Amino acid sequence: MSKVAYYPGCSGQSTSLEYDRSTRAVCAAVGLELVDVPDWSCCGSSPAHTVNHVLSAALSARNLDLAHSLGVDVLATPCPSCLTNLRNAAVEMEDEGFRGQVNALLDRPYVGRVDPQSVLQVLVEQVGVDEVARRVTRPLTGLRVACYYGCIMNRPPERMRFDDHENPMAMDRLMEAAGAEVALFPLKVECCGASFGVPRGDIVARLSGKLLDAARGLGVDAIVTACPLCQMNLDLRQGQINAALHEHFRIPVFYYTQLLGLALDVPRSELGLDRLCVDPRLALGKIKAPAPVR
Amino acid sequence: MSASDSRELRIVGFLCNWCSYGGADTAGVARFSQPTDLRIIRVPCSGRIDPLFIVRALINGADGVLVSGCHPRDCHYAEGNFYARRRLETLKQFLSATGIDPRRFEYTWVSASEGQRWQHVVTEFTRRIHELGPAPTMSHVSDGAWFDAAAPAAAGQGCPCHG
Amino acid sequence: MRIGVFICHCGSNIAGTVDVVAVAQAAAKFPEVAYATDTMYACSEPGQEAIVQAVKEHQLDGVVVASCTPRMHEPTFRRTVERAGINRYFFEMANIREHVSWIGKNAERNTVKAIELVRMAVEKLRRNRPLIPKRFDVVKRVLVIGGGVAGIQAALDCADGGQEVVLVEREQSIGGKMAKLDKTFPTIDCSSCVLGPKMVDVGQHPKITLHTLAEIESVSGYVGNFQVTIRKKARFVDWSKCTGCGLCMEKCPSRKAPDPFNEGLCTAPSINIPFPQAIPKKAAINPDTCIMKQKGKCGLCAKICPVKCIDFDQQDELVTVDVGAIVVATGYDLFDWHKYPQYGQGRYPDVITSLQYERLLSASGPTGGHIKRPSDGKEPKTVVFIQCVGSRDRSVDRPYCSGFCCMYTAKQAILTKDHIPDSQSYVFYMDIRSPGKGYDEFTRRAMEEYGAQYVRGRVSMIYPKGDQLVVRGADTLAGTQVEVAADLVVLAVGAEAARGAVTLGEKLRVVPDQYGFFVESHPKLKPVETNTAGVFLAGACQGPKDIPASVGQGSAAAAKVLALLSKDQLESDPQVSRVTPARCVGCGKCVQTCPFGAIKLVEDRFGNPKAEVVETVCQGCGICTVTCPQGAIQLEHFTDNQILAEVNALCPPRIRVNYAS
Repeated sequence: MSKVAYYPGCSGQSTSLEYDRSTRAVCAAVGLELVDVPDWSCCGSSPAHTVNHVLSAALSARNLDLAHSLGVDVLATPCPSCLTNLRNAAVEMEDEGFRGQVNALLDRPYVGRVDPQSVLQVLVEQVGVDEVARRVTRPLTGLRVACYYGCIMNRPPERMRFDDHENPMAMDRLMEAAGAEVALFPLKVECCGASFGVPRGDIVARLSGKLLDAARGLGVDAIVTACPLCQMNLDLRQGQINAALHEHFRIPVFYYTQLLGLALDVPRSELGLDRLCVDPRLALGKIKAPAPVR
Repeated sequence: MSASDSRELRIVGFLCNWCSYGGADTAGVARFSQPTDLRIIRVPCSGRIDPLFIVRALINGADGVLVSGCHPRDCHYAEGNFYARRRLETLKQFLSATGIDPRRFEYTWVSASEGQRWQHVVTEFTRRIHELGPAPTMSHVSDGAWFDAAAPAAAGQGCPCHG
Repeated sequence: MRIGVFICHCGSNIAGTVDVVAVAQAAAKFPEVAYATDTMYACSEPGQEAIVQAVKEHQLDGVVVASCTPRMHEPTFRRTVERAGINRYFFEMANIREHVSWIGKNAERNTVKAIELVRMAVEKLRRNRPLIPKRFDVVKRVLVIGGGVAGIQAALDCADGGQEVVLVEREQSIGGKMAKLDKTFPTIDCSSCVLGPKMVDVGQHPKITLHTLAEIESVSGYVGNFQVTIRKKARFVDWSKCTGCGLCMEKCPSRKAPDPFNEGLCTAPSINIPFPQAIPKKAAINPDTCIMKQKGKCGLCAKICPVKCIDFDQQDELVTVDVGAIVVATGYDLFDWHKYPQYGQGRYPDVITSLQYERLLSASGPTGGHIKRPSDGKEPKTVVFIQCVGSRDRSVDRPYCSGFCCMYTAKQAILTKDHIPDSQSYVFYMDIRSPGKGYDEFTRRAMEEYGAQYVRGRVSMIYPKGDQLVVRGADTLAGTQVEVAADLVVLAVGAEAARGAVTLGEKLRVVPDQYGFFVESHPKLKPVETNTAGVFLAGACQGPKDIPASVGQGSAAAAKVLALLSKDQLESDPQVSRVTPARCVGCGKCVQTCPFGAIKLVEDRFGNPKAEVVETVCQGCGICTVTCPQGAIQLEHFTDNQILAEVNALCPPRIRVNYAS
């Protein structure tokens, strides 16, 4: 298997440290070699593209160029926001005129053709669901989960070109491979209100509350996400949502890599389960111990 | 410069009555504006088009020749456009051997309902011919000498087959 | 020759951008032109009379009219010159409207182009020959393809008009889509009560031969003399014996397959009569699900049948009929709504199509006319209708309006309230299209009397919540997002061309448009004719239309057929190939290439092989003319010399060009 450049993104250094660590641990467990992009910098996500497209693309292009210097074809990132910005820059720079404007801002012009992908896509397409299933040693039997992809993981579809944008299944299939019972989550690509987190808490409460309500209706033990912002909204803000809506949600929100890590028997210290705000122990208690080998 | 601004060139079209001629009518009814260079000759079927007609037009000085028939499998006479396709493709390959730029000849398929497609075909072909410019002429023979020898033959007189 | 040239103004259609007087003046100088003038409307009564007068006054023996497309008025003017005493083939048309005035704005260039097109027509006319049509017998029988309401109407009208009719239907029973409907708008008539008697009439009419479970295998011939081969598919039941008692259906142990007549809402036995009013009311076995056909044992139906009509070894049967005319009434199919991801793509059983809803409403349907939703059989209290599913949407390549969905949705909303008085209907729509007699009043009744809530906007997603479905959409009038918790969602799926329409079109030489609907000969004036003489269209195969329009077209097509078959003989088109025996070397290449077998080799009096054209079989394509190495076989009215004269008129002979120096 070819090696893949790895771009952790800024969340992975702070709010989603456990996502970054569990991602590295899972990739190592399935034999996928991640090479860190040396001296990586901000991709420009969130603020830059609202101000200046060229500048935003230049921020991403610097990182694409660093990945290019590693001699790889694919740059993997766990964060969908980073993916959006990196992918947009890569696609838009196929236009020669735009590429010229961007390169004028860079110390070293970007001439490569590195394809930014989500770690999820790399796991499904390069490692394969069957290979992951083969390596599972502690299946999550008894755990019922809903997979929540968030709004930007597969959108816009003509840019992302991965999975079904209305009904994605990549994470569902990985969770089934890990032995969990997967409930078909109808709101899997709805917005959680992430970008309103600071100015309009009421909107976040309403949108994220709807997601939690739907998950509770499905009778799941936990929600599984692939996005640091979604995870933060649903997990960290669950108390605020409960207060605003007069609700009593107590649904733990995992990164899919954390649960995969458990199934692959990665040391728990690598998974950062203690960093979750909603106590996951009740959910994890549902996992039946594997039958003793005779 | 767009085709409509420059001097008009001579483009001859051979169109099947059942489809492309109707498609050109449909384009007209819908007022899809087109370059005016093209002159259309109506034939009952693209299978009626003798490659001779095309070569004759080009030798006589046409700057471009466009043939359009029914889409394959849609022929009013079941298989006329299949014959046309073979004949015209062979002609296309053969034209350069005669010293005529094969880009001056094109064939395509347009149905009676495809007025918009017809507008596109005419516009594109006319643009191509304008890019190629007027057909080249031989300069080292005087006009009169050529005309004396060629005109009767080109008019079909004295031709054993078609006279 | 003395040629007269008439340049038509066509009001301002031509004269607006072509200097018609200048064209007439230029035409007067062309060789053999004795008279040239411009005229306001050449096709009008005074316009035609002026042509007749000019012919007499100036002793003309050929006429050129420069006006609209010859596909429109060539037959008109041929009759005019014939009235003036000239052979109708001494007439040529220059198309200076569709090909000149309507596509170019530059008057100077248009005028030059018009002059050249007239010159081309004059040069061709100078080489025309008088042609006399031959006459041939007409087969007095008509084939109707498709037994929906349009085909039924056409068949009955033709049969009542005294002609023999062969009606071919792909399904087991005639009736088409209308037989599946519960009620019809805007009168809330019972659909099967209206259609049923007509179906019985078809079954009993002495002039109608009915072939169901049958398809068109091949078609050859031409107007007045078509040969049609029909494939009657094996039904494994001898229909001459079957009484339609239905005992076999009760006993059949294989009943897992979805019932196509009920749109898959329930299952049907492998031996089945699709519905109680079926015509013919005969049972047929579905070989894909029959245990006997699949595994070789069972045969319960054969044991129980009181008349012993089961025949497991029955084979497809080919029937050949000669007909003089063909009516195509193959109808439409429903758009496959699974192409839209936002409606769940089949994940939610309570999202159904409008036609499935009709079966739920119908007393002969799987629920006996009680509305029960598929998932749990519960009676829905909130029903959401979503319009334009597969209509007016370029993203799924269906930019056209299906026309009847607005009306049937209003009807279904009304019927919902009638069936369940405490129910509430919501309709998501884009625009309401109700241009018909009593149609707009009907949709207003649905809103005002029956309280259906109309929401103008598209639906973005449907998702389950508890045992309900939440329908999220835009309300573009209020400028907000709306969510409706529904018990049942009904998709008003649009119409698309019937499956197999394109293949059938190839056999009939009828062209489908880009969406598979057959193209009529003229959108205004020849709505049921096609460009293939003797083949007519009726109903939704030409484009989506509702029942009254389909019935109207069925009758219109029948009127055309009756007019055609009222003649004992037809004139053959004399624009056929002709052999000059002195030139023919008898190579036989033309015989091989003719798609119609219209050329045969005969021996002349010296025993030399010579080609001979059977004039009534020749269709006038001219493939042979190009094939002949000797130029011995020439297509009349399109001879090599005539076409070359047109070429030379456009490109005066100058050999020196087109060779680089």
